[in-house]
Parts: sequence; C-alpha cells; structure tokens
Amino acid sequence: MSDAVAGRITPASARRRRSSLSRSRVRAAWLFIAPPLIVLGLVAGWPLARTIWFSFTDANLNNLREYEFIGFENYLANYDGEWLGLLTDPDWWRSVWNTVWFALVSVSIETVLGMLVALILNAAFPGRGIMRAIILIPWAIPTVVSAKMWNWMLHDQFGVINDMLLRIGLISAPITWTASPDTALWTVVMVDVWKTTPFIALLILAALQMLPQDIYEAARVDGIHPIRVFFRVTLPLIRPALLVAVIFRALDALRVFDLIYVLTANSRDTMSMSVYARQQLVDFQEVGLGSAASTLIFLIIALLVVVTMTVGRLRFGEDAR
Amino acid sequence: MAEVVLKGVEKSFGSVKVIHGVDLTVRDGEFVVFVGPSGCGKSTLLRLIAGLEDATAGDLFIDAERVNDLPPAKRRIAMVFQSYALYPHMSVYDNMAFGLELAKATKSEIDQRVRQAARLLQIDTLLDRKPKQLSGGQRQRVAIGRAIVRDPKVFLFDEPLSNLDAALRVQTRIEITKLHSDMKATMIYVTHDQVEAMTLADRIVVLNAGRIEQVGTPLELYHRPANLFVAGFIGSPQMNFIPAEVTQTGPGNVQVRIAGGSALSLPLMPDDLRPSEPITVGIRPDHVTVGPAGPISGRVALVEELGENHLLYVDTEHGPRLTARAPGNARHRIGERVSVTFDAQSCHLFKASGEALAARGSSPTPAGSSPRMNLA
Amino acid sequence: MKILARIGFWLLVLMIAMFSLFPFYYAVISSFRSGTELFSVAYLPERFDLVNYLAVFQRQPFGRNILNSIAVAGSVVALSLALGITAAYAFGRISFRGRSLLLFTILGVSMFPQVAVLSGMFELIRSFGLYNTIPGLILANLMLTMPFTIWVLTTFMRELPKEIEEAAFVDGATPWIVVRRVFLPLMAPAAVTTGLLAFIVSWNEFLFALTFTLTNEQRTVPPAIALMTGSTAYELPWGAIMAASVIVTLPIIALVLVFQRRIVAGITAGAVKG
Repeated sequence: MSDAVAGRITPASARRRRSSLSRSRVRAAWLFIAPPLIVLGLVAGWPLARTIWFSFTDANLNNLREYEFIGFENYLANYDGEWLGLLTDPDWWRSVWNTVWFALVSVSIETVLGMLVALILNAAFPGRGIMRAIILIPWAIPTVVSAKMWNWMLHDQFGVINDMLLRIGLISAPITWTASPDTALWTVVMVDVWKTTPFIALLILAALQMLPQDIYEAARVDGIHPIRVFFRVTLPLIRPALLVAVIFRALDALRVFDLIYVLTANSRDTMSMSVYARQQLVDFQEVGLGSAASTLIFLIIALLVVVTMTVGRLRFGEDAR
Repeated sequence: MAEVVLKGVEKSFGSVKVIHGVDLTVRDGEFVVFVGPSGCGKSTLLRLIAGLEDATAGDLFIDAERVNDLPPAKRRIAMVFQSYALYPHMSVYDNMAFGLELAKATKSEIDQRVRQAARLLQIDTLLDRKPKQLSGGQRQRVAIGRAIVRDPKVFLFDEPLSNLDAALRVQTRIEITKLHSDMKATMIYVTHDQVEAMTLADRIVVLNAGRIEQVGTPLELYHRPANLFVAGFIGSPQMNFIPAEVTQTGPGNVQVRIAGGSALSLPLMPDDLRPSEPITVGIRPDHVTVGPAGPISGRVALVEELGENHLLYVDTEHGPRLTARAPGNARHRIGERVSVTFDAQSCHLFKASGEALAARGSSPTPAGSSPRMNLA
Repeated sequence: MKILARIGFWLLVLMIAMFSLFPFYYAVISSFRSGTELFSVAYLPERFDLVNYLAVFQRQPFGRNILNSIAVAGSVVALSLALGITAAYAFGRISFRGRSLLLFTILGVSMFPQVAVLSGMFELIRSFGLYNTIPGLILANLMLTMPFTIWVLTTFMRELPKEIEEAAFVDGATPWIVVRRVFLPLMAPAAVTTGLLAFIVSWNEFLFALTFTLTNEQRTVPPAIALMTGSTAYELPWGAIMAASVIVTLPIIALVLVFQRRIVAGITAGAVKG
C-alpha cells in the first residue's frame, strides 16, 4: 500500500514547510481577516475619520477640496459677543429632543407590544408558522415603502384611517396626521411601532422557546397563577435577551432617518438628528456644520455602544473559549 | 510503521499545566493504550502526538524524526475521533478519498486504495451513502477506513468506541484487534474504559493528573501495580485497601498487623521499611474468601448476585468494608455474620507514598496460568 | 370559560394578523384604482385595473431602478459573504491575539449611525469617480452589511464540530482547504440566512442611495419611490406609488414566506447569541 502517494508525504518534502498546525492556523487567521478589515477600514473607518475632520473645517459640498481648518467654530463660536454654531442652533436641539423622545416612546411601546405578541405566538396553535411569517412582513418591507403606504393611509382627505375613525365616530373631523405638530411625532411613532414590533417580538419569542418546559409544568402542579409565573419566572429568565433586543432597537431608533424623511419630510416638528445632519450637509451644502452634527450623533451612539459592550462583554466572555 | 518517542513532553493551556513531563517509547508495531480517569491528560497526549496541539516543552519523535514542528498531515499519522468526525456532506467514498486527493494521488490510485480498505472493513456496499444514512457502527468503520487508506505509520484512536452500544463495542473491539494484527502498524489508543485497555493493549499506559503512573502489559498492571493509583484503577471491582502497620521485616518478608489485630506475613521485598510504619494492604476481591471461620469477622452489608458469581460487601468489625467474590452457588444473607480470610501470597503492600513493594524474586506471572480476571 | 378564552385568543391572533397585513392589503387595493376613484375610500377590491402598474414603468425608469437595486443588493451580498465566511472561520475557530477586540470593533461598526460617515463617504465616492454610479452604492452598502455578516457567520461557525476540522487537518488540508471544502458546504444554510438578511438590508437602504445618486436612471428603488412625483409638484401620484410599492414588496414577501425560519434564525443569531 505504501507507494507513490505515500512518497509525497514523506519527511523529505515536509522539511521544506516546517510549521506546526497552530502556527499555520494563526497565520491563516490573519490572512483571512485582512481583506474584510481593509474593506471596513475603507468604507467605515476612513469616512468616519474624514467626517470628524470635516467637522473642524468650513468645507462646502460644492468643492470638497478647498476648505480651511476652523477649530470648534462649527460647534460653538463667539462673534462679537454673539454665540453661534451647532450647539446654539435651536433646530439642532429640537432634533435631539425629537430623536430621544421618539426612541424612548417607540421602544417602550414596541417592547410591551412585542412581549404580548411573543407570548401569544409562543402558545402552540395551528398556523403558528404562518403567523410568524405574517408578522415578519412589516419588518421586511422597505422603510420607504412602508412610510409611503402609511402616508397614503394617513392622508388627511382621502386616507383610510380618517375614514375609519370618522365612521366609528371617534373623531368628528379629519386629522392632518403628518402635518400637524400635535400628531406628527406620534404618527412617526405609530408607523415605527407597526414596522419594528415584529423584530422585538421575534427576539423575545426565540428566548421564550429556549426556556425549559418543565419549570412551567412544575409551576402548574404547584398551582401558581399564570400572571405570577410570568413575572416571577418568565421575565427574569428572558431578561438578558430582552435587554439585548431593547438596546439594539434603541440604537436603531436613535439613528432614525428613512421613516421621518419620507413620512414628514423636513418638518421641524419631527426632524431627527440624522435628518438634521443630512439637511445641513446636502440641502444647505454645509459640510462642516453637517459633519459636526454627524460627529455628535456618532459620539452619542458610540457612548451607548461602549456601555452596552462592557455589559455585553461579560456575556461574551462566557462562551468564548 | 514506526516508533513513537516522547521525551520530557509538557503541555500547558495558559497557566494550567495538563501534561507534566512525559517520557514514553511506543515500539514499532505495538498497540499501546492510554488509560486514566477523565481529565488525566490522555486525550491531550494523543493530540500532541497527532500534532493537533503544540507541546509546550519536550521532544516528540515519530520514526526517529523530530515532529514537534510538523503539521498533522506531515507526521504520517491517522486519527479516528470519538465522534467519528466524518465530513457530513461527502459520501463514504469521498470521505475516505479526501486525504489522498489532498496528497495529489492519481484517480486510479485513490480508487484502488479506497475500495481495498472498504472491502477489508466490509463497507464496500456503502460507498455512495452519506454519513447520516449510516448506523453508528458503520460510521465507525468509515472513520477507520479513512485512517487505513492513508497508510499511516501510526494510528491514533481517541475513545473510538464510546459512542457505540455495548454489543457493538465488543464486536468492534475484536475487529480492531484483528486490524492491528493484519496491518502490523503502530497504534495508540485512548480510552477511559479499562476493559478496552486490558483487552486491546500490548502495553497500557496509566495516566493520572498529567503524569504516567505505570507502563506495562495488561497482566503486569493487574498483578504488579506499581502504586496505589494503578492498583485501584485497574481491576473491577476495585482492589480492597486495608490500613495496616509494619510489625517486623526480614529478607524477602514483611509482617504486618491489620486493623483488628490480625497479623499477616507477606513474601515481599521490605525495602527500607521500619517497624510500626503505617502501610496499606491491597487484596483483590477474587482473593478474599468468605466463610464461617477466619481471622477477620464482619457482617454482610450487601450482596450483588451476578449469576456466575456473587459480590459480597462485608463490613469488618475494625477495618473498612471489604469486597469479596464468592461462587455463584453461595448463599449469603444481608446482616449475616461471616469471617473473612485472604491469601497472603496475593496481597500487595503500598507504602505511605503510594508506591508498591516488589514481590520476592519478582518473577512474572507464570505462563499459561490465566488469572481469574473479572472485568465487568 | 374555556371557550371564551379560546375565542379571545383567536381574536388576538386575528388582530395581530390584521394589523400586520392591512397596510399592504390597502396598498394593493389602491394600486388597482386610479384617477378620481382614489379620492374615495374603498375597503374591498372592486376592480382589477393595471393602469398604475403601466404608468410606473412608463413615466419613469422604474425597470431600471429595479435592476439597479438587484445589482447593488446582489453584489453586496456576494462580496459580504465571500469576505465574511473566511473571516468568520478565523474569528469563530482560531484563537489568536486580539480576536475579541477585533470582533467587538466590527460589531461596533454595525452600530454606526449611517449619517456619521456620510460626508466622508461622499468624499471617498467622489474621489473614486463613483458618484451617481452603481459601484459607488455597492461600496457604501458594504459598510452596512459586512459587520453583521461576519458577526452572524461567526456565531454559526462556532457551532460546527471541532473534530471535523481536525480530521481535515489530519487528512492534510490547509486552513484554506478546510474553509472551502469542509466548512463552506456545511455553512451553506447559514450563508443563505445571512445572505438573505444582507439582501434585505441592502434592498431597503435609503440614505446612501438618496445621497450618492443624482439622476433617476442611477437610483435604486427606495429613493425612486420616495421621490416619485406626479404631473404637478403638489399632486402625488398615489396610485402609481402604491403600485411601485407593491412591486418591490412582493419579492420581499415571497422571500419572507419561503425562508421565514432561516430569517428568524439569522436575526436571533445576530442578537440573542451575541
């Protein structure tokens, strides 16, 4: 049996490539992660660094080659006793407030609703698989498309929502949902709830399905009321997954752009931080100011990410070998 | 075919040292079994030989070549894994051909060798199947076939039978023995099951906490365990250990008194023992006789009726609980008062350090006399 | 009592389904109505008029927009998977110094707000001469899909048995061969899952597509729909917009229905296990 093939794996040829397995694997590891790291450096690291740099310049979109370093003037500057810059712009602070309010309200509602939906879908009933697919649909529809669909449904004159509410007598006159300052942000929240509750529900559902069934049987044998079981058993057990879902969603909500841009355009009442930054950058061509806003958004989210990760690291450390 | 030599091999994972300086020579064509409790380092040692782990210190030679820095494929070894580790997406044929293909063997060469190995293992009708269409025993054969095809110098087996049911395990054990005698290759086999070790091995390496406790043929380990650990690990039920005290020593003779006052005179080399030194007497259940009269009295605490013979657990009045093997027709009741005797010739003595005293004359087990070795 | 609970349960299920599906249902109905019909609300389909669907393709290069979207999403998926799977092998199965830090950095990138790179990306794309081109959008979208592709594939890679890889090394495979011949086939289901998620992300992407394109011919579907105008600036062609919405949503719904289990597995692999 030993012949030509065996000959090829003899020590003689082996001597040329002396390298233990673990060393060659580590070398391969770096080789394998180099291309994605380079790409990420190019499409994420570099643009981010440039954005931060632009925030210290007076760059204009018309000509990105010629600009001057102006320090923190985009953020805050004092001309003859008058304070100027991003940090003095009431529109910016309005957008910060809108974004934070939107994130808090929408994520809270989504969490509660998502929990309810997950609990319902966790029950065994015929058609559960189809229901799971159905609630995925709002999540999968492009945000722009769902914003347009809702825009049409919320149309102040011909919208089906106003029609329904008028028919059942909840309102006496049509509401201008997206244009009125009283309702615009709530409208955005409502559409976001429609679109992203499924995401949270599915994450919670996955956590629920990982729970051991016998503790529920034990609780039933002991005659504990289901609501008590939920708060004393289920909730503590799925808390880690719930936390991850909420944090993911919160980070997502803080960078909201598509929904607000399409649903309510550049309205001041609903403008989010991302919409504000893009408006400065593209519509007003103020790359410096827009970049300053972008940088602040990045810092806010980065801070949250770092906090999240220090919490998450503990979890990760456990399953890393 | 090759000799495997380990010199001062050590392995640490981070700050935890799992192999403490192992020296071992596996002779050409020998079947060596590494055995020991879980966590003793036996699998790690095998993976060091395979090249799946790097030794932290020491040298490893296969066929007189230092292989520390060679990847597994260049060590001319083949390995059979506990979970078989078959490639799930490849047919049986492709599983066996993969290694040859990577070594750039010709198509006809691969075909001939795969079919030859398949015939040898009687899996030639399964070559087109995927692993998940095979039974556990068949998967095991494919895993062995994959090893054979590569015509390695050394076969490494990592607990290959532990996923099989009891009946299949016995059958596969016999086949592996046959394979070894057919192929005359060096084989190193890891198991935690002493029955496998005893039945398969030319020599057994008993490992404990990353150190070699004893290397020897199965019968050497059984009859002349080098220390308390080996004595306790090999043989089932476990050897009885009775605390005792040295009373007198002479040339080739040690007298001890066990708890309860009985004196024993044992034909062992006394080494540097001194009177009144504490010592442990070891006696296998096979050599313990339970009868109406004897030097040690006690009560039957438990009877395990195995059919062919019975195991009696006797609580002695002054000493520990002793296990005895009685003939299957003996009738004992729980609580019954009995006396225990044992043959001084069959006793082992272990010093406080755990080391065993050598037998007088140190002659090996008489050829042809197969001891009553009942490994359950 | 039991029956009441049962009825209540099914009512809830029905409500969830209605709430999820109604906007799409209403879009479909509206897309079949045109002209003044749209100025009255209809709850049931009454006619099957394809005029809006024709208008979508006639009044603007919507076919071209769809092809653009397919080209962008397809390329982004292919690139992300190709680069992601080898990286996932390295991150999931090899322990090397700096692994955790790198992996967390990559996870961090996936949480970047898009707008934070907008001006830098604009400059980058312009300097490559890729402004208002499809390759420019592909480049930009990689920032969105690569990090989570690597992350999700890594969690899947971790679950594959270690011994199969070791058997391959004993058989003489190099790390590259292990990835290509052993793990790639085993990772196929995971790659489908991850690819689907990356496709959906890229298909739905709006901010980059809006900012880095200028002409209607280069736009992908989301900005094309968002910027759809009627004959006058104040009169939006709602029928056509709904028709376009239905067209781009149908393939996504088909994907969701067919790959529902895989998509859920991907979402949870990225979040719960991470």
